[in-house]
Amino acid sequence: MSVTTETSQDGTKLTISIKGRFDFGKHSEFRESYENLKPKPESFEVNLKDATYLDSSALGMLLLLRDHAGGENAEIKLTNANADVRKILAISNFEQIFDVA
Amino acid sequence: MTALQPSLEPLTILIAEDSAADRMLLSSIVRRQGHQVLTATNGAEAVEAFRLQRPHLVLMDAMMPVMDGFEAARQIKDLAGETLVPIIFLTSLTESEALARCLEAGGDDFLAKPYNQVILAAKIKAMDRLRRLQATVLQQRDLISKHNDYLLNEQRVAKAVFDKVAHSGCLNAPNIRYLQSPYALFNGDLLLAAFTPAGDMHVLLGDFTGHGLPAAVGAMPLAEVFYGMTAKGYGLAETLREMNAKLKRILPVDMFCCATLLCLSFQRRSVEVWNGGMPDGYLHRIASGERTPLLARHLPLGVLSPQTFNDSTEVFPMAVGDRVFLLSDGVIDTCDANEQLFGVERLQRVFAANREPDALFEEIEQALRDFRGEARDDVSMVEISLLEAAQLSPPALVYSDSGQSCPLDWSVSFEFRADTLKRYNPLPYLLQLLLEVHGLRAQSGALYSVLAELYSNALEHGVLGLDSSLKRDAAGFARYYQQRNERLDELRDGYVRVHLQIAPHGEGGHLVIRVEDSGEGFDVARVMERPVDGGRLSGRGVSLIRQLSRNASWSDNGRRARVEFFWEALA
Repeated sequence: MSVTTETSQDGTKLTISIKGRFDFGKHSEFRESYENLKPKPESFEVNLKDATYLDSSALGMLLLLRDHAGGENAEIKLTNANADVRKILAISNFEQIFDVA
Repeated sequence: MTALQPSLEPLTILIAEDSAADRMLLSSIVRRQGHQVLTATNGAEAVEAFRLQRPHLVLMDAMMPVMDGFEAARQIKDLAGETLVPIIFLTSLTESEALARCLEAGGDDFLAKPYNQVILAAKIKAMDRLRRLQATVLQQRDLISKHNDYLLNEQRVAKAVFDKVAHSGCLNAPNIRYLQSPYALFNGDLLLAAFTPAGDMHVLLGDFTGHGLPAAVGAMPLAEVFYGMTAKGYGLAETLREMNAKLKRILPVDMFCCATLLCLSFQRRSVEVWNGGMPDGYLHRIASGERTPLLARHLPLGVLSPQTFNDSTEVFPMAVGDRVFLLSDGVIDTCDANEQLFGVERLQRVFAANREPDALFEEIEQALRDFRGEARDDVSMVEISLLEAAQLSPPALVYSDSGQSCPLDWSVSFEFRADTLKRYNPLPYLLQLLLEVHGLRAQSGALYSVLAELYSNALEHGVLGLDSSLKRDAAGFARYYQQRNERLDELRDGYVRVHLQIAPHGEGGHLVIRVEDSGEGFDVARVMERPVDGGRLSGRGVSLIRQLSRNASWSDNGRRARVEFFWEALA
């Protein structure tokens, strides 16, 4: 599996880990990873430790997650991005709407 | 088990066998299995029967008079074309060479005499599976090819429509060079350029998320807003706000448009930039060779709500001959065989090695080919040079009304107060109003430039109290525009009044524009002493006004400006 998830014990936080290229190929896996969770987690982390590359459709998927998680009030952390991925997040200024740690 | 297998549909099976006894025997076995039987007594008859009745499967004796089974198999396979018609050879031959001949002639299997009912049934079933598989593959292939034809045709039509929209702008102006693959639109790349009424040039290089038609559909509304608002004289901020709001409204959440929007002013010799999510562009100063990056400061268009969207731009001074270079991420995201990205550093090495500015595109393309081993079709690049204002001739505007109801004797006054000054640009509205007067249309460029200068002088030096001498050098230039944004944000009171007066004059007419502000005023005499000269970075506004209008004068310590325009009788 190139998209794996882990829910915190109290069920309030979902961590989604991406492995390999984060692009349109992961679209359905990524959406399925968070869409049907009940109760809906309060916060999300997308762990990009093993993500080698991120394209604009991946940015779009992050926006979908943000929308799902409450839009402008969403709590989403993007963690452990490598230098290339970080650069893409920086160019698109996604740091302004996601917590990039 | 049988329940899981699709029940065998009855097939039409041709039996070619010269021995009457064998033919009878086989026919009855095959019929008992539920199939329909055709028979032939030699190869020639078999071919003829196939031609007329197209059986699904053939049981073929190898040795027959008139035409043997090998030749008949060859001819039947030819007639069948792409459809798989399995041929099972019936043979008492046992030498491997003879059996191999059966397959070489186009046979798919063989069955040894004497016949075993169970094996025959199994072989017919197996061959039927193959036959269906082949039929499915062919059907799907044809379907895919049909869909592909549809898709290509849709793209062709969409491209034709879009080319009309995209090329109604001024991409062919002498100061623009660009490179885009013909189907760049279907990679989501979009390049637009148009003149403002004042003769400035707006350029947009955009990149929608995704590929194909979904990426192209957002381009239409974006182009519409871009052309519409540019032609009406709106500035970058208003145009950006409108484009963002429109895309946010119509695009799905995961779609957005990275974009760089420029306003190149030939008269002010400056470029105003907004970059949302595009790779760095570059301002190349020819005199020093320096390349100033135009950084992505913003999120792409269509992500943020209208309330949180940030339209702040940066302004850089330019000299004649300086160039602005923009590119799509197809350039720096080009991968080599090892998934290494071409990257910004390699691009900058191409810049450093460049000797002949006009050869830059070709050198970048060459570097990409060398890096990747093949050319990409989703690379967009554009370069815009600053020319002398006189070297460009913005196209004349086309008006659709007849002029019969043209108003010729009126005046109107406006007062724009702090809250309005913050967010509203009244110039497009004022210009539209003035262009109701046909006699003024021929001078719309000059009119708009003068109005724009009067208004920005009143706002920036008057209401906001900014010091134009800040704009002496490039750093001060940037600081000036930063202060402008800050002070505008904090603005609580103040006003700009605009008074327009139109009256008949001889066979033509006469326009007086007065602009008045709530600021501190300025030392009129000192500014007027300066020669009319466009060489400096600061103070170009006043000399522009004096060049483009008649009888420009300032009173009340520079708080009131007055200019006139005249026109002759219309032909």
